[in-house]
Amino acid sequence: MKDSKKIYWKGIEQLANSPEFVKHAHNEFAPAPTPEEASGHNRRDFLKMMGFGMAAVSLAACEAPIRKAIPYVNKPMDLDPSIANYYASSYVNGGDYASIVVKTREGRPIKVEGNALSKVTRGGTSAQVEASVLSLYDNSRSRYPKIDKKRAAWEDLDAQVIAKLNEIAGKGGQIRIVSNTILSPSTKSVIQKFIAKYPTTQHVQYDAGSQYGMWKANEESFGTGMIPTYDFSKAKTIVSIAADFLNSWGSSIENTITYGKSREVSESKKDMSRHYQFESIMSITGANADYRSQIKPSQEGAVAIQLYNLIAAKAGRATVSGSELNVHHLAKAAEELWANRGSAVVVAGSNDKAVQVIVNGINDMLGSYGTTILPNQPVNFRQGNDEAMAQFVTDLGGGKIAGVIFYNCNPVYDHPMGAQIGEAIKNLTLSVSTSYKEEETGVLTSFIAPDHHYLESWNDFEPKRGSYSLSQPAITPIFRTRAAQESLLTWSGEKNPDYFEVVKENWRNWFFKGQTMDYQTFWDKCLYDGVFDTDATGGGSVSFAGNVNAAASAIAANYKTAGVELVIYQNGTVGDGSQANNPLLQELPDPITKAVWDHYVTVSPKDAAGISFEESKTKLATITVGNKSITVPVLVQPGQAQGTIGVPLGYGRTEAGKVANGIGANAYPLVAMVNGSLSFGASDVKFEITENNYQIAQTQTHETYMGRETVVQETTLAEFQDGSYVKDKYAPQINTWKQEDHKADPEVMTMWKNHDYNIHHWGMAIDLNTCTGCAACVVACNVENNVSLVGRDEVINRREMHWLRIDRYYSSSASVDDWKGLEEAAENPEVVFQPMLCQHCNNAPCETVCPVAATTHSTEGLNQMAYNRCIGTRYCANNCPYKVRRFNWFKYHDNKQFQDVNPAMNTDLGKMVLNPDVTVRSRGVMEKCSFCVQRIQLGKLNAKKERRRVADGEVVTACAAACSTGAIVFGDMNDPESKVSKLLQIKPLYDERKTVNDKEAMNPRAYSVLEEINVRPNIFYLTKVRNKEEAKA
Amino acid sequence: MQVTSSVREPLITGGKTVKDVSHDISRQVEGAPTKSWWIAMAISLVVLAYGFYCLCYLLWEGVGVWGLNKTVGWAWDITNFVWWVGIGHAGTLISAILLLFRQRWRMSINRAAEAMTIFAVICAATFPFAHMGRLWLGFYWVFPLPNTWGSLWANFNSPLLWDVFAISTYFTVSLVFWYMGLIPDFATIRDRAIVQGAKARAVVYNALSFGWSGGARTWSRYESVALILAGLSTPLVLSVHTIVSMDFATSVIPGWHTTIFPPYFVAGAIFSGFAMVLTLLLITRSVFKLEDYITIYHIELMNIIIIVTGSIVGIAYITELFISWYSQVEYEGYAFYNRVQGPYAWAYWSMMTCNVISPQLFWIKKIRMSIVATFVLSIVVNIGMWFERFVIIVTSLHRDYIPSSWTMFHPTMYDIGEYLFTFGFFFTAFLLFAKFFPVINMAEVKSIVKATSERTEGAVGQPVEGGLPRH
Repeated sequence: MKDSKKIYWKGIEQLANSPEFVKHAHNEFAPAPTPEEASGHNRRDFLKMMGFGMAAVSLAACEAPIRKAIPYVNKPMDLDPSIANYYASSYVNGGDYASIVVKTREGRPIKVEGNALSKVTRGGTSAQVEASVLSLYDNSRSRYPKIDKKRAAWEDLDAQVIAKLNEIAGKGGQIRIVSNTILSPSTKSVIQKFIAKYPTTQHVQYDAGSQYGMWKANEESFGTGMIPTYDFSKAKTIVSIAADFLNSWGSSIENTITYGKSREVSESKKDMSRHYQFESIMSITGANADYRSQIKPSQEGAVAIQLYNLIAAKAGRATVSGSELNVHHLAKAAEELWANRGSAVVVAGSNDKAVQVIVNGINDMLGSYGTTILPNQPVNFRQGNDEAMAQFVTDLGGGKIAGVIFYNCNPVYDHPMGAQIGEAIKNLTLSVSTSYKEEETGVLTSFIAPDHHYLESWNDFEPKRGSYSLSQPAITPIFRTRAAQESLLTWSGEKNPDYFEVVKENWRNWFFKGQTMDYQTFWDKCLYDGVFDTDATGGGSVSFAGNVNAAASAIAANYKTAGVELVIYQNGTVGDGSQANNPLLQELPDPITKAVWDHYVTVSPKDAAGISFEESKTKLATITVGNKSITVPVLVQPGQAQGTIGVPLGYGRTEAGKVANGIGANAYPLVAMVNGSLSFGASDVKFEITENNYQIAQTQTHETYMGRETVVQETTLAEFQDGSYVKDKYAPQINTWKQEDHKADPEVMTMWKNHDYNIHHWGMAIDLNTCTGCAACVVACNVENNVSLVGRDEVINRREMHWLRIDRYYSSSASVDDWKGLEEAAENPEVVFQPMLCQHCNNAPCETVCPVAATTHSTEGLNQMAYNRCIGTRYCANNCPYKVRRFNWFKYHDNKQFQDVNPAMNTDLGKMVLNPDVTVRSRGVMEKCSFCVQRIQLGKLNAKKERRRVADGEVVTACAAACSTGAIVFGDMNDPESKVSKLLQIKPLYDERKTVNDKEAMNPRAYSVLEEINVRPNIFYLTKVRNKEEAKA
Repeated sequence: MQVTSSVREPLITGGKTVKDVSHDISRQVEGAPTKSWWIAMAISLVVLAYGFYCLCYLLWEGVGVWGLNKTVGWAWDITNFVWWVGIGHAGTLISAILLLFRQRWRMSINRAAEAMTIFAVICAATFPFAHMGRLWLGFYWVFPLPNTWGSLWANFNSPLLWDVFAISTYFTVSLVFWYMGLIPDFATIRDRAIVQGAKARAVVYNALSFGWSGGARTWSRYESVALILAGLSTPLVLSVHTIVSMDFATSVIPGWHTTIFPPYFVAGAIFSGFAMVLTLLLITRSVFKLEDYITIYHIELMNIIIIVTGSIVGIAYITELFISWYSQVEYEGYAFYNRVQGPYAWAYWSMMTCNVISPQLFWIKKIRMSIVATFVLSIVVNIGMWFERFVIIVTSLHRDYIPSSWTMFHPTMYDIGEYLFTFGFFFTAFLLFAKFFPVINMAEVKSIVKATSERTEGAVGQPVEGGLPRH
């Protein structure tokens, strides 16, 4: 094209190009006028204003005023309407932690994403982290301090609490501060101040998902109680004995990231870890394993002992006594662990010190310490002390304690002895809860001194030794809440304490030493980054001094295999239940069971005889442990070890709010103390299936992928390495008379003319190998795109609205021709997770069938949906081969029917979370994944302002941003240097038309789902590689 | 060599004279409604009222009151739509194609069949409207109307848009054809009203007949227009259901994406249409005592058409099964395996029994000539044809490509209610038609009456004296 000589200009100023204009040209928003211009009124101004006022009043009378639209009289600093601001902060919920970046719009946090600067969570998130932004707008939050359930002023509450504290202190009575793990050093310093003021105070920490056994085992083995960092990325052999390390065990976000690295394969990295899992329930971690063996929970210790003995035999150490079990793959695992010593790791989920000592012994023999296990970088997520907590409950019951401050915790619900705690609270002289919600504990305490939500708070954290992070408020406190630290300081006698200043001073004292900049600059930098790292301390080495023989005899004494055995675990959605009132989590399908809004007991298909489980129709079952029993519906779970059952924690809330109350039963009381720590398993459980019918809400009711190779492609590592995979790769062929061999690639048989994408061609790669199924992306998508939540009944009607779902398929043991048999999952199936979203087909079947052209193709490869044009015939959804289109069956916003399940669209508080860049869809229209078109648009506009092309990585979809392992890669396939182009090895089909939609992904692992129907998706999947000898169908 | 063809049986029995024809048919219009008419009308109105409530609730709350879901986006709605459109086909076939082929036996049944067509198409049309998420916009956005949204236009690629044109054309032509045929008969009723001194009726029917004069030139034009409209309607018999079938055939869903659909749908439509005509006419014939006009000979001929079209449909089913195996396409194969063996197998086998096996009974002359058997089988065929559409739509959708999305469909009371609404409407309309309009085309029937205007004594039920002997 010839260069045009024409000049276009936006205004006279640009045409004149005066120095004044040039000076301000880079500012998108004009600076505020100087005060001189605004000052000085005269008669003419008065008349003008008068006239304007009259006109405005008469105009305003003509139209109904816009409801609650309040313009800024003075523009707040750093806040431009419609421009988002981002603040680095930290997500903390009990001992769970993630370094995050909070996106705010007009002062409202609307999204959290991982902070890549963090050395701990490295930009990763989890479903709970992604969902936590809605907890800020939870309608059941405490809105003001309360005394004896009545609204009170902070001054009155402080006066009364101080009076009571002094009364107790005067009598020498005991005071306790009970909390979950506290990661914040400044909060700990505040607690120390409180203890200094009231010396009878003790601080008790406990964790709902306790790992105290491990802490004690390390104390015994190495002299220091701690939980080390595990670096799975360095491991070639990973053996996990019932540790769900990708979901609830240890530093799970970090684990997911390092595990993902070890599972990654590419042309240049043709090796991956091999993962053995020995477990009873089908956990998320077990679903990712190469070899998964079923054991009973009582055998975890025995398996550890046997593994110890097998390795000790090779290492020349003394074996210990233990019963011989016949566990599949155990000997093989031992062989490989020993062969890969130095790059092997064994983890165990048991909270029993004895089991963990044995595992420490194994890791010691394997030389894991310093390589795959980093004892010098202990993580602080689980500091709870089960024994101290048990002692606290005993003391409380015995009347030895006069005052308790429940610091942001809810032991009445989430401690096994919660009922006793609840009973004893009313006898206390002083009981205070500082949690941001009342919950089961708060409703029993006489004082409620609500803390801010974490997104409203200042705080600091030390998630790992040497790694620190800050949290800063992203919004002014919505309610009359006060930082719990300030409450403690006030009660310690400080006048008007400011916790922000406390943190800032602490950081000056702790970290400022040796910095070359001034403190404000240092502080600003820390705040900007959200994290601060002191020098890394390396892997470290330890010398093992654990008593494996004592541990082995403790195991033999404590565990007997008997009857039905129970596993109590945290599932991938509500976890420990602290965020159960978050509907984003309730409606998030559990990665394994795909159940939503329901509690259940997982039972192996053989044990659930008599339950067809067709369409999730099942029966209730009663589980009795000792004198405690719960009744929950049976969920038939392939892969569950026969004779075992699994019950997730986090349900049975009674005071969480309208979302969670009444769902399921509380499983915490079933947890018992074994060998000095909480044991999340039980033997000889009474398990009775009743005759009461129930239907569980599940988003996926068909378990297998029916051996359909165009849906899921798998290979083994050996085939991938020797290249035979490429040769045998499934490539659909169409019979035709044209070609010589009468076979043709479906892609060449087309009536379509192809689109030319002259600028961008957005595409995505999804690596099935590194996707762990964690579902953080699903929640991220929901929050980013204002996806409606529809509640249990509508999920049973199969109408959930998720734009992105994770299909979970089990393998079947039937042959590929046996269609009936293929419908049944194998007894111990292999699992594959497949994120499924709109494939943005280049030959989109939905686009041709819409009678009103409401869904069309963009010039950048997007399949776009014009909600305003949609008339809701649903033909597009019917004709979508991937079934990713979602229809608004009802009005999901401003509709009382959905008020409790979808507060983000039905309550004034909840609506603050909505993303203003995305339309809330009305009744009767179709919707689906847009590839986060609002983010693409923003990236393009930013680039345009700077007169450059959009840089790779500048535009990231919410799902890709949320993916801890980087399994989802999004980018421009027209840019040969983009990450997605390089990963997929994108090659335009025709050299002369480089920007045509027809692009071939030359990565041998890349495939399109349903390639033979030639819809030409812009999403490519990378074949799953299993590191095992043979792949099942 | 001289060939002597056998003499045809008279199409109208009972030695009816031209006067008898006028009298027998007009008296339904002129007299007070019978008790059975009132009962039938009352039942129809109750059903209509209940259905109307369900329809209003649907429009108020949203399409979610139906049992549809993320995977099965159409079920009863489009099943009913296709079923009703199919039923309409018999009317057009009888009036257009049989007219062109000069099948004079059609003359005593075409009026009712055409009325049935009109009402069936209206019933059918309610479903595409009701199933829309946003009816208030969709009802006019589907038409390529000029608008102020720039170049925003309907999508001419979409089979749904083709449907809009196909159905609206079909409806318009059928309505005109039907009404035109009524004009001379309205004039007859008018003339009789004048004689009887019923002034109001005379005015109304005069208006309805557009002041028909009965002149030779008028008749000539009338017949020309009838032929032209028949010519126009003939392709519509084939095109409408062909286009309806393309809603499915042009999609990518296994079980839908099938080139056999156009002929298979047309045959099925005629099959079900004739069954419905039979159902209605057997009732009308008995209620209005029209046995001499709609004779067993008519019934037999229609039953033969049912055998033919039923067999075409049967072959189509078997061909589908064969191709699903022969193509070796996994999805196609599974779609049909699932129909035969899956959770909706009961629907598939209902369809097979009703549509393939039951019409074969008509090979037996005794059954073919039996009023009761014909009536029962005509209903069985329509049940079967409803299941055919249900099987095609629901069993194809509920388990398609991606197994994670496989679901079941369960109808709600509103799915049933909307279906009842169309039944209520159809029978209300048909009863009104039967009462106020001549149910048999008097003008045409008079042309096939084998008698003069003089009645031969004692000839009822016997061959007319001096006439042709019966075989």
